Amino acid sequence: MDSVSVFTDFQFSDLGFLAEAAGRTLLISVLAISIGTVLGCVFGWVLSATRLAGDATLGVILDIFRSVPLIIQLILFYNFFPIIGFNVSPFVAGTIVLIFYTSALVAAVARGGIDAVSINLRRASRSLGMTYWQDLRYVVWPVGLRAVLPSWAGVALGVLKDSALVSVLGYVELLRASQILITRTQEPFLILTVVGAFYFALSFPISRITARLERRWQYD
Amino acid sequence: MDYTFHWRPVFRKLPDLLEAGLVTMEVAVLAMLVGVVLGLALAIIRMSGLKSITWFAVGWIELARNTPALLQLFFFGFGLGAFGIHLSPFLIVLFGLSFNNAGYLAETFRGGFNAVPPTQVKAARSLGMTPTQAYTRIVIPQVMRVVYHPMTNQMVWSVLMSSLAMLVGYRELAGETQFLASKTYRIFEFFLVTAVIYYVMVKLILAGSRLLSWRLFRY
Amino acid sequence: MIEIEGVRKSFGKLEVLKGIDLAVDKGEVISIIGASGSGKSTMLYCINALEPIDSGRIVVDGVDVHAGDTDVNKLRRNIGMVFQQWNSFPHLTTLENVALAPRIVLGKSRQESTEIARKQLDHVGLADKFDVYPSRMSGGQQQRLAIARALAMEPSYMLFDEVTSALDPELVGEVLDTLRLLSEEGMTMLVVTHEIGFARDVSDRVAYFHEGVIEELGPPAQVIENSTSEQTRRFLANVR
Repeated sequence: MDSVSVFTDFQFSDLGFLAEAAGRTLLISVLAISIGTVLGCVFGWVLSATRLAGDATLGVILDIFRSVPLIIQLILFYNFFPIIGFNVSPFVAGTIVLIFYTSALVAAVARGGIDAVSINLRRASRSLGMTYWQDLRYVVWPVGLRAVLPSWAGVALGVLKDSALVSVLGYVELLRASQILITRTQEPFLILTVVGAFYFALSFPISRITARLERRWQYD
Repeated sequence: MDYTFHWRPVFRKLPDLLEAGLVTMEVAVLAMLVGVVLGLALAIIRMSGLKSITWFAVGWIELARNTPALLQLFFFGFGLGAFGIHLSPFLIVLFGLSFNNAGYLAETFRGGFNAVPPTQVKAARSLGMTPTQAYTRIVIPQVMRVVYHPMTNQMVWSVLMSSLAMLVGYRELAGETQFLASKTYRIFEFFLVTAVIYYVMVKLILAGSRLLSWRLFRY
Repeated sequence: MIEIEGVRKSFGKLEVLKGIDLAVDKGEVISIIGASGSGKSTMLYCINALEPIDSGRIVVDGVDVHAGDTDVNKLRRNIGMVFQQWNSFPHLTTLENVALAPRIVLGKSRQESTEIARKQLDHVGLADKFDVYPSRMSGGQQQRLAIARALAMEPSYMLFDEVTSALDPELVGEVLDTLRLLSEEGMTMLVVTHEIGFARDVSDRVAYFHEGVIEELGPPAQVIENSTSEQTRRFLANVR
């Protein structure tokens, strides 16, 4: 090995560096998915409750998040904050964009879930004397949830993977970490494989668990 | 707010951006076509139940679906570079997107075939149709209808994903925008106009798909 | 003529046909009754080779159905089949549903096959539904469509597999009327059914299937009205 080389081999401690970065990927994803899901459910309920009026306003806005590449959204927002006089970190900008992006995807799913609960079922629960909110809480939520869980899991997995794009802003998550290591070690194939394994380890369990839940929840 | 917007440099470069939009459409459509062929092959391999090759299809599908598209692009970029294979930016994007599209479409096609009840084949065979006739006349047209909507969505994804090309040095719409923005420092303005172009492209694809579906599926 | 000799068939460990012998003459209508799982439907599937058999022989017009060199596609042109789930082709109009097989299987011209389709649809009372897609029709109409589709191949034999079982009660009559019409026209028919009244009125002979064997076979007056078998009497008492 050339002693004056600025490149050094991939070392065991680098795995720790990658694991730490994977933690940041997980952190930003969990934040985006949890807050985005709550927001998305509210949006979905508004869309479902207001029909045409909601579609023409909130629906159009949410649709933009689904029709413009996430990477463009990230760059736009990151460069927008200084314009209005704020300087935000890549982490904050990235998280905010991912939250709204997630909420837009979840809103479509949630709306589908609410609409999947038949009007007759809702009439039945109302005829038992349930209030609008009780109906929503005890009938629409559990029935609709089961109907759209696979779609929601798809969104969650998508956001976990799409969080890689926050690296564009300079936030050192898993993918950015791999870039740093590749520059140092000049071993792109090995490092990309390890990083791929990290992503796989994060996302594969989610798809497995939802697949199992889906089977268990299947009616008869 | 002491920032002044400068739109003139952006509008002067609008023709360049629109042309880059066409490049985006080209690569997205190409990657979709390759993805459909490969995805169909993967779906058939996976449904064949032949253990010796099923692992290959399953591996491809799971990798494509469980890792970021950008990582897949990097693999075709400097990942292959480790083996002395250096693809052009265009090929990196084309291969990366096709790999991803194929993984998702394989599952779409598998779902499509499973959605046609096996009794349809029985009914066709009972009329004296050969297996080939039963497939081409009865099964495939029904599969087409089931997968049409998910395929439209995948086409939209293909366009949105192609923006990752800017990170491997290919100058489609996002790449061109980055190039122009860095020359003029009007980053926000350039990317805002580009966002609008993407939005319009996506809406055109959806509208076109809807028109086509009215013609194709009358039942 | 259909000759069934010593046919046995198993699905895994479960033996569903335990040696079936039956001969069906030209122009004859045989109703096959029996409990679910007694092997009635499986036997129909074996007659036109949609299911293989384990042993025995099925011969249709001198052709051994399960012989290795038999062209099953050619054989099936001569044997029409209608299913419990009508299996209309959802992507084709009524007319196209019926005209497709004559065109691509028998090689008739587009015009000729359309003409056949019109005739057969008229035959089953769907003359006003030519350009309608199956999803717009009732179960009874779709089942009659399935009958017309099979008839368009001008088969010598028709197999009916519980064709009224999946229908709403008020739609059963129109399908049975179509079957009755066919029997009056002299079609050779094997009808697996739970409609005992139909079996009694229309068939020349009735076969009672029980656990994979034909427990009793004879004219309806014998099997349905004066059964000698304890099993048959118990079954009839339950379904009536």
